[in-house]
Amino acid sequence: MSHPSPYQKTAVYLPPVDVSYPLFFKRLMGIAAVFLVVLLSVVSPAEAELNIDVTRGTAEPLPIAITPFIGSDTEEINYGRSIADVISADLERSGLFKPKDPKAFIQSPDAMKTLPRFGDWRIINAQALVQGRTQIVNDGRLRVEFRLWDVFAEQQLVGFTYSTGPENWRRVAHIIADAIYKRLTGETGYFDTRIVYIAQQSETGACRATSTLNPFGKRLSIMDQDGENRHYLTNGSSLVLTPRFSPNQQEITYMSYHGNVPRVYILNIDTGYQEIVGDFPGMSYAPRFSYDGTSIILSRIQNGNSDIFTLNLQTREIVQLTKHSGIDTSPSFSPDGKFVVFNSDRGGSPQLYVMSLKGGDIRRISHGGGQYATPVWSPRGDMIAFTKPGKQFFIGVMNVDGSGERLLAEDFKIEAPTWAPNGRVLMFFRKKRTNSDGTGGRTRLFSIDLTGQNEREVVTLCDASDPAWSPLIP
Amino acid sequence: MRFKFLGILAAVLLISACETAPEEQMSSTSSGASLSSSVSSASGAASAPSVSTTAPATMENAIMPGSQRDLVVNVGDRVYFALDRFDLDGISRSTLERQAAWLKANGGVRITIGGHADERGTRDYNIGLSGRRANSVKDYLVSLGVSASRINVAPYGEERPVAMGSNETAWAQNRRAETVVD
Repeated sequence: MSHPSPYQKTAVYLPPVDVSYPLFFKRLMGIAAVFLVVLLSVVSPAEAELNIDVTRGTAEPLPIAITPFIGSDTEEINYGRSIADVISADLERSGLFKPKDPKAFIQSPDAMKTLPRFGDWRIINAQALVQGRTQIVNDGRLRVEFRLWDVFAEQQLVGFTYSTGPENWRRVAHIIADAIYKRLTGETGYFDTRIVYIAQQSETGACRATSTLNPFGKRLSIMDQDGENRHYLTNGSSLVLTPRFSPNQQEITYMSYHGNVPRVYILNIDTGYQEIVGDFPGMSYAPRFSYDGTSIILSRIQNGNSDIFTLNLQTREIVQLTKHSGIDTSPSFSPDGKFVVFNSDRGGSPQLYVMSLKGGDIRRISHGGGQYATPVWSPRGDMIAFTKPGKQFFIGVMNVDGSGERLLAEDFKIEAPTWAPNGRVLMFFRKKRTNSDGTGGRTRLFSIDLTGQNEREVVTLCDASDPAWSPLIP
Repeated sequence: MRFKFLGILAAVLLISACETAPEEQMSSTSSGASLSSSVSSASGAASAPSVSTTAPATMENAIMPGSQRDLVVNVGDRVYFALDRFDLDGISRSTLERQAAWLKANGGVRITIGGHADERGTRDYNIGLSGRRANSVKDYLVSLGVSASRINVAPYGEERPVAMGSNETAWAQNRRAETVVD
């Protein structure tokens, strides 16, 4: 086995040897600009009664009618219908909304050029109504206008107009779904987000491995939160694991066995350039960005022992936070950057610990029976999600002091929770048992509400693991 | 790909069967030849056996000293660990003592010790655990006089199983450290 090691001693910036970038990549991957043009005047800016309590889970999803956005020609009408479909799918998947079947609509979409006939919508018991219009304007841009109505109060709740390139129609739909979610729940939405994950060979033979160095064909991949717009970011020649977004979404930090040396990299998804994190010798893994994006926290292995370090990306200063003979790994920053939660077996079995960023005040927070691992601090700062390994695995959450533990999901192997940016939804992966002949072992992504309700598969072509949810796209 | 795993699994079973009794390794390797001769004689081909026991045997035994095959066949290239453990038992130590002697006899050889974990446990923890396992092997070889500069370690976590199957038999085979000639 050879060790091509120019990376250990030479320049920090690497050519994207391992990264596949089709020519259209930059256009696809770059964050599409969508401009908010107008805040549509609210007909009556009243305090409407209509709202959803997100803490109740899926007890009573809100009936909502999402009408096809109207247009003046076939192209506009097609965009309008597709946008309404994406909005409807986003809201339905959240478990908080129950979009009405368009077949039940009484008022025809054409009639939506005027004010809604609220009586028609009350009859089918739609409590909220979404109407909109799409236009291809003179410069070829797509202009999308929408309004959200409270059917019973007969009030407009929110209304916006957006303008963008027509290719970004899907993103406009997610932005509108976020606006609706925010207006009706009071919480920030999470539909205009993406997921980085590891795609891998599936039982059906899809996404087959092509390198013996990467036996499951694991590839760094990215998609929208609804499973659409999937792209590979690496070509499968090297085994890659545990990708995570930077706060501005422009970069992904992940682990690769490129050159047979497991190390942490940063990939800029707009330029395709990748960089080894920290030009120190040895092996590193389990990276995460700090919430302000200025540093990365990770595990380093020295003489077989894993400890936790931070690397300041501006000053290149490396700080060792733990120094213990136990395995210290899976570190995650608190949103205020003052604390780190991590996994250590220093007490005899893997458990969760919190320490100050200075590396002091280490205290154990997991006190249930069995093992605890992969803690992830909520972006709201109030909870920590974790994996609970054992004969059966669980995904759970606890308060940051370890109290209030709740297990949300269970399976043979279930791992790697990641938070939606609003801290209300988790995504993770499930792996089924593998048979002795190598069949089975289906590995897929799922999302679940913090209440433990509304578990949904995030449909992917390949098998998938190691999801990481992006922040909201700025 | 699944078939490849099966092939590797078969090889591992052969090797692990040999591990406790290294003397048998030569005979089990040549048993490939004797197996084929017995198969052919069982199939009733009367003239075949005498030929197949001699000619292929010389091919089979042409193992280059200091090669990976030499290590696998004549020394034993891997040791196994208990769940969540990284300490070496008596069998592992005797395997590594043979590896140390072999490395001294083949002074130009450099090795990478790959640490591995089964699928029980999280991705991150298994990388940490496999790092410890690889290092246990390295430390023991160094204590036996092998220069540390000849040894690389690579923690592979749960990413390179030799045995498929979510069962204890497969997990026991996957909790290992493999010595690979660079």
